[in-house]
Amino acid sequence: MRIGVFICQCGTNIAGTVDTRAVAKKAMEFPDVVFAVDYMYTCSEPGQKEIQDAISSHRLQGVVVAACSPRMHEPTFRRAVKKAGINPYMFEQANIREHCSWIGTDREANTRKAIDMVRMSVEKLRRNQALFSTQVAVNKRVLVIGGGVAGIQAALDCSDGGLEVVMVEREPSIGGKMAKLDKTFPTIDCSSCILGPKMVDVAQKENIRLYAYSEVEAISGYIGNFKVDIRKKATYVDWNACTGCGECTQKCPSKKAFDHFNEGLGATTAINIPFPQAIPKKARIDSDYCRYLTGGKCRVCEKICPVKAIRFDMKDEIVTEEVGAIIVASGYDLFDARVYGEYGGGRYPDVISAMQYERILSASGPYGGHIRRPSDGREPKEIVFISCVGSRDISVDRPYCSGICCMYIAKQAIMTRDHIPDSNCYVSYMDIRAPGKGYDEFIRRAQEEYGVKYIRGRVGRIYPRGDRLVVQGADTLLGVQVEIEADLVVLATGVECSAGARPLAEKLRISYDQHGFYMESHPKLRPVETNTAGVFLAGVCQGPKDIPASVGQGSAAASKVQALFSRDTIETDPQVAHVNENMCIGCGKCEQVCPFGAIRMKTLRDGSRKSEVLETVCQGCGLCNATCPNKAIQLRHSTDDQILAEINTLFD
Amino acid sequence: MSSKSDAKQEREIKIVGFLCNWCSYGGADTAGVCRFRQPTDLRIIRIPCTGRIDPLMIVKSLIQGADGVLVSGCHPNDCHYAVGNFYARRRMEVLKRFLPYMGFQSDRFRYTWVSASEGQIWQQVVTDFSETIHRLGPNPGLHQTVDSAPAVSWF
Amino acid sequence: MLKRVAYYPGCSCEGMAIEYDQSVRALCYVLGIELVGIPDWNCCGSTPSHSYDPLLGAALAGRNLAIARSQGLDVVMTPCPSCLKALKTANQVFRERPSEFLDVLGMPFSGDVRAISVLQLLYEEIGPNLIQKAVKFPFKNKKIVPYYGCLLTRPPAFAQFDDPENPVSMDRLIEAAGAAVPDFPHKTECCGAALGITQRDVVMRLTGRILDMARAVGADALAVACPLCQQNLDLRQDQVNRALKENFNLPVLYITQIIGCALGIDRKTLGIEKLAVKTDALFQSA
Repeated sequence: MRIGVFICQCGTNIAGTVDTRAVAKKAMEFPDVVFAVDYMYTCSEPGQKEIQDAISSHRLQGVVVAACSPRMHEPTFRRAVKKAGINPYMFEQANIREHCSWIGTDREANTRKAIDMVRMSVEKLRRNQALFSTQVAVNKRVLVIGGGVAGIQAALDCSDGGLEVVMVEREPSIGGKMAKLDKTFPTIDCSSCILGPKMVDVAQKENIRLYAYSEVEAISGYIGNFKVDIRKKATYVDWNACTGCGECTQKCPSKKAFDHFNEGLGATTAINIPFPQAIPKKARIDSDYCRYLTGGKCRVCEKICPVKAIRFDMKDEIVTEEVGAIIVASGYDLFDARVYGEYGGGRYPDVISAMQYERILSASGPYGGHIRRPSDGREPKEIVFISCVGSRDISVDRPYCSGICCMYIAKQAIMTRDHIPDSNCYVSYMDIRAPGKGYDEFIRRAQEEYGVKYIRGRVGRIYPRGDRLVVQGADTLLGVQVEIEADLVVLATGVECSAGARPLAEKLRISYDQHGFYMESHPKLRPVETNTAGVFLAGVCQGPKDIPASVGQGSAAASKVQALFSRDTIETDPQVAHVNENMCIGCGKCEQVCPFGAIRMKTLRDGSRKSEVLETVCQGCGLCNATCPNKAIQLRHSTDDQILAEINTLFD
Repeated sequence: MSSKSDAKQEREIKIVGFLCNWCSYGGADTAGVCRFRQPTDLRIIRIPCTGRIDPLMIVKSLIQGADGVLVSGCHPNDCHYAVGNFYARRRMEVLKRFLPYMGFQSDRFRYTWVSASEGQIWQQVVTDFSETIHRLGPNPGLHQTVDSAPAVSWF
Repeated sequence: MLKRVAYYPGCSCEGMAIEYDQSVRALCYVLGIELVGIPDWNCCGSTPSHSYDPLLGAALAGRNLAIARSQGLDVVMTPCPSCLKALKTANQVFRERPSEFLDVLGMPFSGDVRAISVLQLLYEEIGPNLIQKAVKFPFKNKKIVPYYGCLLTRPPAFAQFDDPENPVSMDRLIEAAGAAVPDFPHKTECCGAALGITQRDVVMRLTGRILDMARAVGADALAVACPLCQQNLDLRQDQVNRALKENFNLPVLYITQIIGCALGIDRKTLGIEKLAVKTDALFQSA
């Protein structure tokens, strides 16, 4: 092999503490090196030209550049050598800036280190192989997991772009948390008025296939070619026949079913349509409460249904869809306030969560939009809101800020003052976080225009006195203890990962942080991508955020999918694992450890078992390589030979 | 810099570092960008993931004469490949216990987790490990020179 | 179930709270738990020692654990929450600064002796179910509210017992003894603790609040598990009445006394007559 070595001076960034001339001179002694030079700025246009000229004049077959971090300029130099006719993987970069010249001023030691690093790169390059990307066809259908506002936005954007969309929603209706909200901050827009039309769009678009009351069971395949098993949970109603007329819900004798949509305030019937604007607007039987399914007698709905849609023998069904990309918008759960024993959530009926209060405020809610106390139906006059319940508290393992509570409290307080002008609203807060557009102004309106009383400090205890609640806390600005006798206490429960987030991540093979929120590829520059190619994120499943941000991410994820689908085939990274079948003993250990399901076992014609790498699925981590007892599976561009050569050359 | 050795001439301490591309290699870059002073003994090998490391690579480094081996990757749960560092952690924990049986002080090997933004922590890790190795002095090795044959796999 | 534990009474149980000591010993005897004394036990250090020197304070308490270990015991039970905290601190300081700790202590210590409260022993080791079965004279038609005080469940990471803000262990034990337990919101509110000596008006106000709430929920008596709480609520009840112009008349019993009575141990053995507020009404059937 004929190797050329280029030592970058990077102005004085490297040359200041490394004798680049000496490094270049020493490099000429390394095996296979036929050309070595130091240059002022190798990454510059003339610097790249210098490399390309040397490639042709010295008939180079491989290039080492000793310069900055390969995380910075590896793509630049790969492009440069490719232009000069060398395979881009016949290039190695030694990091003599970040890892050498910038971390010490001992010129001699730095130079020795730089020589070592160049030597290591040369030894690795001598064992490099030309690698070529492969092309795979793309199935231009997209799966959207979750039918909240983020998922809806993503689905509609993809649909508008002409893509076929498969949407899976766990609940009987799409709409997510936003559908439960009465108003949205900071404009006090009616939530269902702005979300409703979008939900209807999802139902009406011909290229969106909606699986409501369904969950993702299993996912296999890879970018461009995923196969998804979807469990359609039994609704006991044939949704093809059901017209959503609601006759059954009128006549159902089981009227104590838990009302999930209204957060357990009030009750619903065993056969129910979750809310009037539900999409799809179909009835479902709650098997926990149905008299026939629990006790074997009743079947009233079956008799009453005008289209004979009731199917008591319905079972869960698995359907398979094939898609090329996946957008995960699986949403979140709200913190369970019962964890705070001192607040009495769950013990005192008039200590409620903010989402319950949202339902109370809503005209379609359990009290028809009249603010009443759950205990006795009385209109509350003194209302206390407590922020950061399950946010920014290490003791309950929720150190993060939920980001939305300050704003929704202000909104709810404003709405309360609107509904009941002679009421008093108090907000107990730690800090107010209102960084969005028009947000801080909104908080000020709550304080100044609506006279909401903000008290800085934590509440220590809530206990009943008569039929009221004593809220005992501190005002840390005045340095005094505060005691408010309230009629209603609203706990601003924070955001936590959805209960199903972790199992879903395992199916998708994406990673999540310690709190269960999905990890994006890069916190700043790749916010909707995951490290599994073809899987994108939108909404709160990635981290707490408000509606505009969720919608923005939904659109961003959709545009990423459209960019991916704008080509008929995709190029894969060739730095993947490769099996030497002569050495493979078919033990299957690689298949077990692969985090991406990129390895499968096959049987050759002679009956022997061999493993096989799905090159489009492989992400190039090398776990299999380290695991293989026979070293039959090797990660291209980081083979054992290459790494050992780097080690060996250090101690020659 | 290097510690005293009576028979042989003074030899530069060399530490082999295996750094995963996504976190610790980036962390070392960050430390460089911030100009955090570090000892120059470390020779970094960039690998895709700590899960790529075969424990034998660490042993091989020590046999060849490395005075110390430092492995660093993404924090557990933050692995770019979801679980690679969990495998690495298990393997390296076992290896650490085995090293004394092979005749190596287990202090010559250390593994740690440093993210791409933790430049300062990287500086501490390198400085601390380097000091440890200098305290231990040069690796006495297995007292036999391994043929400087071209690198091949172990078979 | 634990059969044999080291018993660390602490200073209160030798003086002000002698009836707590008596009732713990009597109850454990009846429940078949052998209490092994710690020979030459010393003061846990209480508040002054760790305020002066945390290491010294920890070693002081740790000495008792070390002696228990030398007796072949791995659990030390103490009725006093303050002693409990001191004993737990010894283990924690040992984990954090082992060599310094051993230096000060000057005897073998391995941090493997667990410290538990008498409440924890009753609730976790014996359990309300067993106690309920053993009850012979249940408190019929009586309402007893539990008062936990500040230290029994807090700080949560340290205490590792029950819910820090809404504990229920004593509730369950009182129910087992046959009494009704109304929801008592002030079960972990501060009683004023040692401020009774320096700022008595604070204790009057805080203790008054707790008594007021107990009366409001209709309690016939309070159950406590801390000598200092008992002192503030019971011994100072008369002072509170004078300071706040009130007429509280709420007996304040140790949880061990309540269970002991229900199990049929005679009141004299349990030291009931030593309580300041008379308990006669509690023992009259309604």
